[in-house]
Amino acid sequence: MTAYLLKRLTIALVTLVLASMVVFAVLEVIPGDPARLMLGMNASADQVELLRNQMGLNAPLALRYLHWAAGLLSLDFGRSYTYSVPVIDLVRERIIVSLPLALIALVLSTVIAIPVGLFSASRRGRAGDTIAMGAAQFGVAVPNFWFALMLIYLFAVWLRLVPAGGFPGWSAGVWPALKSLLLPAIALALPQAAILARVARSALIEVLHEDYIRTARAKGMPYRAVLWRHALRNAMIPVLTILGLQFAFLLAGTIIIENVFYLPGLGRLVFQAINQRDLIVVEGVVMLLVAAVIAVNLVVDLSYAIVDPRLRSRQ
Amino acid sequence: MSLLEIENLSLTIGNTQILRDVGLSVASGEVMGLVGESGSGKSMTALTVMQLLPWAARATGRVTFDGIDILAASEDQMCALRGDDIGMVFQEPMTALNPVKTIGEQVAEGIRWHTKASRADAEDRARKMLDRVGLPAANFPLSRYPHELSGGQRQRVVIAIACALKPKLLIADEPTTALDVVLQAQILDLLRDLVAENRMGLLLISHDLAVVTEMADRITILRHGEVMEAGDTARTLSEQLHPYTRQLAQASMHVPARAEAHNAGSGKPLLQVESVTRDYPGPRTSLFRHSAPTRAVDDVSFSMAPGQSVALVGRSGCGKSTLARMILALDKSTAGTIRFRGETVTGKSEAELKPARRDMQVVFQDPYGSFDPRQKVEKLVAEPLHVLEKKPAPAERREMVAHALHEVGLSPRDMDKYPHEFSGGQRQRLSIARAIITRPKLVVADEPVSALDVSIRAQILDLFAELNQKLGIAYLFITHDLTVARAITDEVMVMHDGRIVERGRTSEVLDHPQSEAAKALVAAAPDLHRAIARRLQEEG
Repeated sequence: MTAYLLKRLTIALVTLVLASMVVFAVLEVIPGDPARLMLGMNASADQVELLRNQMGLNAPLALRYLHWAAGLLSLDFGRSYTYSVPVIDLVRERIIVSLPLALIALVLSTVIAIPVGLFSASRRGRAGDTIAMGAAQFGVAVPNFWFALMLIYLFAVWLRLVPAGGFPGWSAGVWPALKSLLLPAIALALPQAAILARVARSALIEVLHEDYIRTARAKGMPYRAVLWRHALRNAMIPVLTILGLQFAFLLAGTIIIENVFYLPGLGRLVFQAINQRDLIVVEGVVMLLVAAVIAVNLVVDLSYAIVDPRLRSRQ
Repeated sequence: MSLLEIENLSLTIGNTQILRDVGLSVASGEVMGLVGESGSGKSMTALTVMQLLPWAARATGRVTFDGIDILAASEDQMCALRGDDIGMVFQEPMTALNPVKTIGEQVAEGIRWHTKASRADAEDRARKMLDRVGLPAANFPLSRYPHELSGGQRQRVVIAIACALKPKLLIADEPTTALDVVLQAQILDLLRDLVAENRMGLLLISHDLAVVTEMADRITILRHGEVMEAGDTARTLSEQLHPYTRQLAQASMHVPARAEAHNAGSGKPLLQVESVTRDYPGPRTSLFRHSAPTRAVDDVSFSMAPGQSVALVGRSGCGKSTLARMILALDKSTAGTIRFRGETVTGKSEAELKPARRDMQVVFQDPYGSFDPRQKVEKLVAEPLHVLEKKPAPAERREMVAHALHEVGLSPRDMDKYPHEFSGGQRQRLSIARAIITRPKLVVADEPVSALDVSIRAQILDLFAELNQKLGIAYLFITHDLTVARAITDEVMVMHDGRIVERGRTSEVLDHPQSEAAKALVAAAPDLHRAIARRLQEEG
């Protein structure tokens, strides 16, 4: 178990370092000079050169990477070129919107997908299964921003239950804040839930053919009990894998969804920063997202070991 | 009235008739043996009693258990019976247990479900039951997981689950088929004791006539879903009134006609194995350290003459398959040399091995798993031809495949079929055709007949014997089945814990074993003649 843990942790750290190099390098080759952008079109070449020196943009690439990476370790992401405030402050304001949004979406998609998967797997080939999987197919095919627009039309414009967009801030109270996150979370969760439900269904169907399911049935347990007690946990490994991968999609999805709903989250921040060539903000936010995805996948790896005792003792 | 009474049971799945007018009964304290070849409907009969049939199955007739009409019983009634009054043990112990739950949980689960006992009480009873089946607390705490146990130990857990609530009827579907003979004897002893202790009825399903004869008071012989003959075991099998009974009995004792055995020592040896050892690294204890390595094969030396047929017998896990893999150069030895036709095989590159590969081929146990289902027979059988020096032209290739198919008793027309169009026995013929197409000098056969029914097995053994005569192929038969060794080999080597502990002429070793390992194997091996004689003696 310790060896498994150490190995996973090492892999996660190495991935993080490599990812930071890639993020830094990619933004390095993108055209657009931040110093020129900050000073505007009328600045002279000398002024730009002076600012570049001040910002440390003329130092060798490796040195700048090390400087930047060392800053990351102490949560110093540098100063935004456009807002002239520390990037970490910008991030702090936005993460309290994006993180709850992604987590709600993750929970929603799991809570929808697992029961649908169980329902479909236990009625394989019958009408209920066909309908559920047809709906899932639809969910996979339809992009989340379209869902978002439909949800706005239905719940905000027509039924007037929730605001169509914007975020009142947590200071306005937990419920109003949550209410404005609800539609975006559903829009994010539905396509993910559709994929997850299909994965859960096929994993369960595979498990239901295993000999130990028959052993459990021969003990006198009803089908439903066998499904919950024996099949579900064994089907969890593929479901967890997809769940881990989906977290990355959820984070990427927030960029689109936050724009549709005018939410002041990380997605909108990174979107605006790209438009303004505020590369240092882009770098910081992207690194944060990368770290979050790696952390979630580390958690997934560790949860494999909790689900499956064979992984605990093997390595 | 009997405990279990089956009358005129017919079963269809979709449009296929599986059982027709089957009748049998099991009384308390009685062992009923249900014998038949694969596809005869043995397992379906058992699953009908349990009402665990596939969705599309329709059963008619009467099945009564302890006065309850099973075919009319509701699912709730069946749930109350299953695991409480009727227990069931399945064939494959490696997969019969849930890998993510401890053995304690799995044994206690049924107890809690039926008796509504508290967790502590149920675990207490589970502990006692595991003790009873020979898994004492010192080595097998309730917290063990299935993957930490061997096949025989897992089968004991499955029996503990089935017998935890002292069922009136136990159905055991091929409970020992996947185990080696020594484990088989132990599990059969355990079942016999449980029957005696609780006056439990036992419906023992098996394809192995010898096993059933040793165990069963009465026997029912099933073929194509119909009962051929039923009655007292000893009488049925000694009189063999029904032609099918005779056919089964003869097939299970079949010895192919073979000319005088080849003698070792004549001319140059074909295969020389010298002090071969294979270590596997132990499990990792920390990031950089492994625990002590496991020695799978330990300083093994022997040689084989051309055309000789040698059996390598031993219990599962004794290292016989590892040794075979090294001979086939599919695995590297840790130490020692293997010479084939005088040339060293060990430590050679794949290109250098090509000439040797041409002259040694392999036949595996599972005729279902050893073919790519999406390729035609022509391609499958021609597979080894790529080791030939000169690649044959397509027409020549077809010619060679046709010839090989003919030699194993299949039609050259079969070339354009897919593997699923063949039965298990025919598929094993295909494996043999694939093995002999390069005209090898040595064929290594790893349990080549243990997955086959007795009548098919007799035919395949005949085929092996014939090819040995005709083509002068030497065989190394790896098996745990001594009847196979006796039927087809001149010499036998007994392997135990990675070492060869005994070697000699087959009949001598099997009739007068010297080493402990060989004695244990011979004592545990079921033998139809012996079993019938003993039964007749007991009944006077």
